[in-house]
Amino acid sequence: MTPTTLTPQIDFQPPTPMSHSETSGNSIRLGDWIFRGLTLLFALSILAIAAGMAWQLFHSSVLARRAFGWAFLGKKIWDPVAENFGALTFIYGTLVSSALALVIAVPLGIGIVIFLAELAPRRLSETCSFLIELLAAIPSVVYGLIGIFFLVPLMRQVVQPTLAGTLGWLPLFQGPAYGVGMLSAGIVLAIMIVPFIATISREVLLSTPRELKESAMALGATHWEVVRMTVLPYARAGILGSIFLALGRALGETMAVTMVIGNRPDISASLFAPGYTMAAVIANEFTEATSDLYVHTLIEIGLILFVITILVNGIARLMLLRLKTS
Amino acid sequence: MISHNYQRRQWVNTAAFSLTAGCAIFTLAILFFVLGYVTFHGASSLSLDFFTKLPKPVGEAGGGMANAIAGTLKLLLLAGGLGIPFGLMGGIYLAEFGDNKIGFLVRYAADVINGVPSIVMGIFAYTIIVLPMGHFSTLAGGVALGVMLIPITVRSTEEFMKLVPNGVREAALALGLPEWKMICFVVLPTAIKGVLTGNLLAMSRVAGETAPLLFTAFGNRYWSSGWLNPISALPVMVYTYAIAPYKDWNQQAWAAALVLLMIVLSANIGARWIMRRGLTS
Repeated sequence: MTPTTLTPQIDFQPPTPMSHSETSGNSIRLGDWIFRGLTLLFALSILAIAAGMAWQLFHSSVLARRAFGWAFLGKKIWDPVAENFGALTFIYGTLVSSALALVIAVPLGIGIVIFLAELAPRRLSETCSFLIELLAAIPSVVYGLIGIFFLVPLMRQVVQPTLAGTLGWLPLFQGPAYGVGMLSAGIVLAIMIVPFIATISREVLLSTPRELKESAMALGATHWEVVRMTVLPYARAGILGSIFLALGRALGETMAVTMVIGNRPDISASLFAPGYTMAAVIANEFTEATSDLYVHTLIEIGLILFVITILVNGIARLMLLRLKTS
Repeated sequence: MISHNYQRRQWVNTAAFSLTAGCAIFTLAILFFVLGYVTFHGASSLSLDFFTKLPKPVGEAGGGMANAIAGTLKLLLLAGGLGIPFGLMGGIYLAEFGDNKIGFLVRYAADVINGVPSIVMGIFAYTIIVLPMGHFSTLAGGVALGVMLIPITVRSTEEFMKLVPNGVREAALALGLPEWKMICFVVLPTAIKGVLTGNLLAMSRVAGETAPLLFTAFGNRYWSSGWLNPISALPVMVYTYAIAPYKDWNQQAWAAALVLLMIVLSANIGARWIMRRGLTS
């Protein structure tokens, strides 16, 4: 293949009188060809990295898949001494802590979004969203630190006894108040993902067509009714997309959760009870895994986490993309 | 009747919007609480020793985290050195030539990498570097962080290069510049502030990462020589010192958290400042 066929976008020759003798038409094409090839190489290697990652995870967990098969997903047991492993408790912990985070973060996030897009003057809105983005920039381990030394004691001494006293008839709020546990993990996760919901949805809400809002207002709706009946339905796909993006983050969040969730592979109806997540078990046990099977099992958990987060992020992208094209 | 209804609707309006303002105030309060709490606890245990000395064994008071601070900088250097070329070149491809199937796939791959949990990134680096080499290393940690950098830098590079008006490209080509010179010396410099911002934001994000370092860079109580030995990093120190049952260590964890927070937030705010100046000028 000649270089000329690779550069179809530029089909003009620089005027010969202007070009120097050493940069004749041919060498210009060669430089372009090299440059384009080089950038293409780097771009393709990004593709290769993503594929390589999937392959490495798959390949490095083969022993675990051979030993446990699909039953691995549904088994509760986690016994490193007998080398009998199941992932159910970790999948459960990951899903429940993330769901809990969403229960707290979604109303909070939507509240903030409405405030930022509808109520706050432009300047204040921009400052606020900048500050809220800073919340997402704080390292996970710092949240974990505050979780250990501030949130956990607070939960143990104040929040959990209060909840048990008022809502204790629900199985969700029964059992001893350890401080560490699902509820603490959910709260920390919620704080970490609120910025995703707030800042991404803000863009969508701000792009609501003026005419839509004005026509609702002309019909006599109050400002709140305009938001509820025109802005929110219009922005629904965008808000949902941002929620899924936040969920993807929550599912894979490691340090803060590891530090406050209690790290006990157990399934309990109570939100006060300690739990365990997929990311946390990898963080805690990877360097202690003594046998090949143990390591492969942990990598398989990583593979499951990889697949789940790709699916969730894919859904998020799809929703946000559909919004852009419509 | 009508006026009663109207009053009720007005009341709902006020109540609902007060609630949304409450949400915003609550969240901002959390931010200021986090910053204040870390500053309060960190500042009281911060000293000159923290920046100049090595960690002391359990039971001996004092000591610092000089090696962890150096380690974080070393890991960032490596991560940037590995990740930014991919991000930059990939971003240039996407912006200038990427309006095709390959471009779509590369964008998709970048999004996939962006969504991968950081701990899984650690496993990836572990399987490709730690396992074949047989021991933990700075290199493995740098690779884990470097791969995390790629999607952020690639997408921001693309975005900001696309903001450069086509007229600029056409003018450069009309003067007889070859395409690659047009991109490197005209388009890229025009977009440089945005590109820089993307890179800085990416660096500030990976600077605080702990999970991928746990079983790649691993940690080291002494100065680490070269690139193939385990190395200590601030986030990992915050983690190990926070969960340790020693009061001294917990104090040091706060100091480390404060320093880490300073590094991450100043890079983050600095990046946004550059962009703001770039877009208004």
